[in-house]
Amino acid sequence: MTDVVLSCTKISKAFGALQASKDVSLDLQAGEIHALIGPNGAGKSTLIRQISGAMKPDRGTVHFLGHDVTRLSAIERARLGLGRSFQISSVIPDFTVLQNVALAVLGDEGNSFHFFRDLLKGRPTVERAETCIARVGLEDRRAVRAADLAHGERRRLEIATALALEPRAFLLDEPMAGMGAEGASEMTRLLDTLRHEAPILLIEHDMDAVFALANRISVLVYGEIIATGTSDEIRSNAEVRRAYLGEEETA
Amino acid sequence: MTIILLIEQVLNGLQFGVMLFLMAAGLTLVFGVMGLINLAHGSLYMVGAFAAAAVAGATGSFLLAMAAALGAAAIAGVIVEMLVIRRLYDRDHLDQVLATFALILIFSEGTRWIFGSFPLYLNIPPYLSGPITLPGDIQYPLYRLVIIGVGLLVAAGLFLLISRTRLGIRIRAGESDREMIAALGVNISVLYTIVFALGAALAGLAGALVGAIQSVQVGMGEPVLILAFVVIVIGGIGSITGALVGSLLVGLTDTLGRTLLPVLFGTFMEASAATTVGAAIASMLIYILMAVVLIFRPTGLYGAR
Amino acid sequence: MMRREQILNGAVLLGLIAVPLWAWSSGEPFIITLATKVAVLGLAGVGLNIALGTGGLVSLGHAAFFGIGGYAMGILASHAQQYVPLFEWPLLVEGTKSMPVIWLVAIVFSGLAALLIGALSLRTSGVYFIMITLAFAQMLYYFAISWPAYGGEDGMAIYVRNSFPGLNTLDPIQFFAITFVILCMTLWFNARLVRSPFGTALAAARQNAERVEAVGIDPYKLRLAAFVISGMITGLAGALFADLNRFVSPTMFGWHLSGELIVFVILGGTGRLLGPVVGAAIFITLEHVLGGISEYWQIFLGVLLLGVVLVARGGVIAVIAGKGVAHD
Repeated sequence: MTDVVLSCTKISKAFGALQASKDVSLDLQAGEIHALIGPNGAGKSTLIRQISGAMKPDRGTVHFLGHDVTRLSAIERARLGLGRSFQISSVIPDFTVLQNVALAVLGDEGNSFHFFRDLLKGRPTVERAETCIARVGLEDRRAVRAADLAHGERRRLEIATALALEPRAFLLDEPMAGMGAEGASEMTRLLDTLRHEAPILLIEHDMDAVFALANRISVLVYGEIIATGTSDEIRSNAEVRRAYLGEEETA
Repeated sequence: MTIILLIEQVLNGLQFGVMLFLMAAGLTLVFGVMGLINLAHGSLYMVGAFAAAAVAGATGSFLLAMAAALGAAAIAGVIVEMLVIRRLYDRDHLDQVLATFALILIFSEGTRWIFGSFPLYLNIPPYLSGPITLPGDIQYPLYRLVIIGVGLLVAAGLFLLISRTRLGIRIRAGESDREMIAALGVNISVLYTIVFALGAALAGLAGALVGAIQSVQVGMGEPVLILAFVVIVIGGIGSITGALVGSLLVGLTDTLGRTLLPVLFGTFMEASAATTVGAAIASMLIYILMAVVLIFRPTGLYGAR
Repeated sequence: MMRREQILNGAVLLGLIAVPLWAWSSGEPFIITLATKVAVLGLAGVGLNIALGTGGLVSLGHAAFFGIGGYAMGILASHAQQYVPLFEWPLLVEGTKSMPVIWLVAIVFSGLAALLIGALSLRTSGVYFIMITLAFAQMLYYFAISWPAYGGEDGMAIYVRNSFPGLNTLDPIQFFAITFVILCMTLWFNARLVRSPFGTALAAARQNAERVEAVGIDPYKLRLAAFVISGMITGLAGALFADLNRFVSPTMFGWHLSGELIVFVILGGTGRLLGPVVGAAIFITLEHVLGGISEYWQIFLGVLLLGVVLVARGGVIAVIAGKGVAHD
């Protein structure tokens, strides 16, 4: 049996008449990148919010590392090791790169209630933060305010922040969004190495990246998963082609 | 404690609540539509009271005084909105608090400068003064009944305005989607000025009506403003229904608390101590009510969840 | 930019010592009293600044803690002055004229009040938070008015200033020295706090609470702790203010005071270490310069304040030391 790190079972969520998630079941296994794709408005972000704990599903359960975390808050899930980077740029704008990552290290260490010691003089914390910054290649930019970073750099900062949490699983929401071709291929390489650290549930619009990276792909349409499989399986799946390309079903 | 006294106190509570509603309605509308917290709303209340006292002093007409209160507060509202308030809609709440705090200083000291520090008095006209006899042989001041009546009429009018008129539709649209109604060609800045002036006029009317019971003096609006905040927190920001329910709850709780608590404590305490403790706790009762509402419904009774 | 702010901070503190020292040598006790007032109200503002500037919590109810500090002093000293114990049962509690004891009591009780008020108010945010903090302070105001044992509406006078071991507190310059040292110690604490893990997380929660949750830190707890620390400092300032005036009254709970504390913070510059002190100094100077010209000086204050909010956002320190708040 494979090692399931994260799974959700029959998750449903409605906003009034809009069914944003309909009986969604999906899992994430150790060492893999599982990509979640779907047309705009398919409910990808709603789904990831329910997995991260920012939103509670109406029905269904979320399991993480064998625990039922459905009732846990986002904070508690983060403490268990569910690392998330956001679609909306989610760094602290007035903080430097180093401060941003150090904050995440702090969260992971679980001791933010220190009133006296200087955070940036705490050796282990800063060293851990710097390691993460180096991994995403931002070491030259560590003293720059996040608000002053280029778009792609900010994305990498988000990954560094997620790394600093030493997560047991990553939830990455469009890490390539707004990146140029070069940035995207660099990010692709980074994500490729990341999967051995912890499996990644990846939401991404960049299909080149998705097909290059993903071990498995799930396709979400109108809140429902219509197919899950390898790149090749998805490419040739009739339902997927219909959803994306509007092709008539071929017999 | 007789039943008659109790009914009297209930009426007093209603009268107080209705006054609070006139204040809270404007505040909650301005917050709901423009997203603005206006500390200077109490100043408009004061403006209404002073305008009424000045006109009544000059003409002797109570009705003219009321009209002057409405007019003066509305005009003050329009001026303030156009000069200051409209620059604050896109600012954070901290800027709004500071700027409207500054407005209070200007209004209060300006009024003191014009009218002096001594309180003015606004007399109840003869045709509205004196007690009348209610069913059950209850003697109750006519003027207070008139206030309750005026307040309920205004409340009804406001509900009609919001639910039935074109202006009301725009106000409701403004609460939910600013860009959309601007895109539909509604002049949003005129709409905002109208809403602000409407709230100001209601506050001015409240100030004038109360001015005939209490004295008219600088700073009179501030305690009422804070009570109106309590009302809004209880009722839920942006909701006129919430403002009405909250106002009546606060009015009744406060009035009945002040009467009943000392009596209640008197059943197991020595009389003078009971009066002291009862009065002290009664003074905190509405805030305790607010705290309880907050614990169970952080966004108020009728607030959006 | 940061250098400039540090130099400015040093200059402000130097100025705050130099003025009363000059006044002392030239026999102007009133000026010393004004400087003491700046130090004490600045201290109250420094307290508020932790919640407001660092934490982004717009509390319009900090007068609650200022007043509790004031009444802690008033109640303890009045019992000592009349030789009547506060309680005889379950254990004997006597009044005291000792400042350190009074400060401790002020800090503890304002901290407890901040814990209660904060726990309730922080369930909400934005404009609700503003109105609720205001309402709770007003509740204490009315309670102080309607509770006759400690002067009710009239307040209480304490005839002789409380004592501090080894100092003559009746000498204005010595009392100033006490308040100044407390202010400096608090500023030092505040400077450490801002750079600490706690301060960093708190500032992060102000800018992006969701991010802070995502790294596993609960913003509610951060904010509550900040609110309590903030309340304790403002409470201590209240006790000192009462000792400065040798008088406490319900106006210490009044909402004008809450508003003025915010004004200090903003005039000086939100989130700046010495912002509240600069703000208090400007406010008190204006009060005495303009107050000497016109009885209605608060009109000018109002106009000035409007100008600061509408035009010169960022406060006086930003104008002198440059815009950005320093980092790293």
